Amino acid sequence: MSEQLLSVEKVMLSLGGQKVLEDVDLQITENDFIGVIGPNGGGKTSLVKVILGLLKPDSGRIRYNRDLLGGRHRIGYLPQVHAFDKKFPITVRDVVLSGLPAGRKAVSRHSAGERDKAVYWMEKLGIGALSGKTIGTLSGGEMQRAFLCRSLISEPRLLILDEPDTYVDNRFEQELYEILRDLNGQMAILLVSHDVGTITAYIKSIACVNRKLHYHPSNIISEKQLAAYDCPIQIITHGDVPHTVLGKHTHEH
Amino acid sequence: MGELLTYGFFQYALVTAFFAAVSCGMVGTYIVARRMVFISGGITHASFGGIGIGYYLGINPIAGAAVFAVLSALGIEYSSRKTGIREDSAIAILWALGMAIGVIFVFITPGYAPNLMSYLFGNILTAGPSDIWLLAALTLLVLVFYVLQFNNILYVAFDEEYARARNMPVNMVKYVMMTLIALAIVFNIRVVGIILVISLLTIPQTIANMFVRRFFGMMLLSVAIALLGTFTGLFLAFWFSIPSGAAIIFFLVILFFLARLILWVMKR
Repeated sequence: MSEQLLSVEKVMLSLGGQKVLEDVDLQITENDFIGVIGPNGGGKTSLVKVILGLLKPDSGRIRYNRDLLGGRHRIGYLPQVHAFDKKFPITVRDVVLSGLPAGRKAVSRHSAGERDKAVYWMEKLGIGALSGKTIGTLSGGEMQRAFLCRSLISEPRLLILDEPDTYVDNRFEQELYEILRDLNGQMAILLVSHDVGTITAYIKSIACVNRKLHYHPSNIISEKQLAAYDCPIQIITHGDVPHTVLGKHTHEH
Repeated sequence: MGELLTYGFFQYALVTAFFAAVSCGMVGTYIVARRMVFISGGITHASFGGIGIGYYLGINPIAGAAVFAVLSALGIEYSSRKTGIREDSAIAILWALGMAIGVIFVFITPGYAPNLMSYLFGNILTAGPSDIWLLAALTLLVLVFYVLQFNNILYVAFDEEYARARNMPVNMVKYVMMTLIALAIVFNIRVVGIILVISLLTIPQTIANMFVRRFFGMMLLSVAIALLGTFTGLFLAFWFSIPSGAAIIFFLVILFFLARLILWVMKR
């Protein structure tokens, strides 16, 4: 019996008068690899932020496993590529170290063990040589690696990735999914993506989020099912062969 | 020059310059890294309201300025977080309001307002023991907070939302830093004046950032450049009998262009 990490219970969320999440339930257990899909503006990122405690639901609640609680220390988080300040004076090493749990030490300094951990993850993800560089000088893929290191250094039991596949090259995307498959042995993964076609070979189950959440306990999903879930998305794969079929275009892009 | 150093007022000025450089170098690095220069300008000018009221009530104008600066700093931080007013608009309103209050109260204060110019343009040569104590205490406060919270300060400044997701004490860091910025501004008004204090918080940091791309290194180099600027400016002010604040800033700007030149030559 695998251990439950967290459960989202009847969560309602409105932002600026708009209902974003309605009656959302979701259970995450330790070996899960859930792909979160849904149209843009359907509430995927809001769901992530509610789980992380960055947004407070209007009603409903999130129950955390004891291990995740106590400051949400054991949830790793890779935010959507965000417009952070490219000129900010911070090295890759320091960015990675910033993923460590907020210390309650008297003096703010990282131990040798913590710095070793940072080196370990940077080596593992192939950015060891960049550790002394300013974060803003890295390429898109290198930056995502650095931010992934930041989310892994705390040895999370749950890793949440919000559209890690935007603005990165295809090569990195493939590598990333292989890394995630590898990591899934040690942690549950919640992967928000707009590209079901590519992730379907890696995920174990699907959550369709379009204000409401429909949980689909398989990595294969048909267009009919998506329609039943009220989850219009653009690209989808059929069968085992990872080929991509364009969905019906019902609106202009 | 040896004789100059024996004058009491000049010794005071040197010690003041030292603490001014250290406090501005450290606090200013946070301001520049987080792109808070406009906020700092707003706080600076809002504090003029406190100076005016200080004159009117016959209390130390710097005390009045400190109250105004801290309240407006916390007000900006709070209002942008809770009310959703556009931050830059809120700053502009506060900026003008403080100046207006200051002008009104200086105007209705009976008699001539002595030293008003020294608040606007600063005069380090009139700094006395009380100014030094205030600056020294502030510098110590900044130093202690940086030693205790350096990583949190850096991480919050770099990526606030991530720091929040990691349950770091984001609000504490932001409010304390805002308070320290406000106090640094006010206590340095004596040195370079309201109009010029923002440059002591930004020029050394901008120069440092051309050569160093780590927050910590940038901070150390900023302090060094600020020290060079304030000391040199002080001597220039004395030798040419010009206002110290303007001399300091003018020298720093020359350093800035020199740094640009050095970089340009290095790149070729």
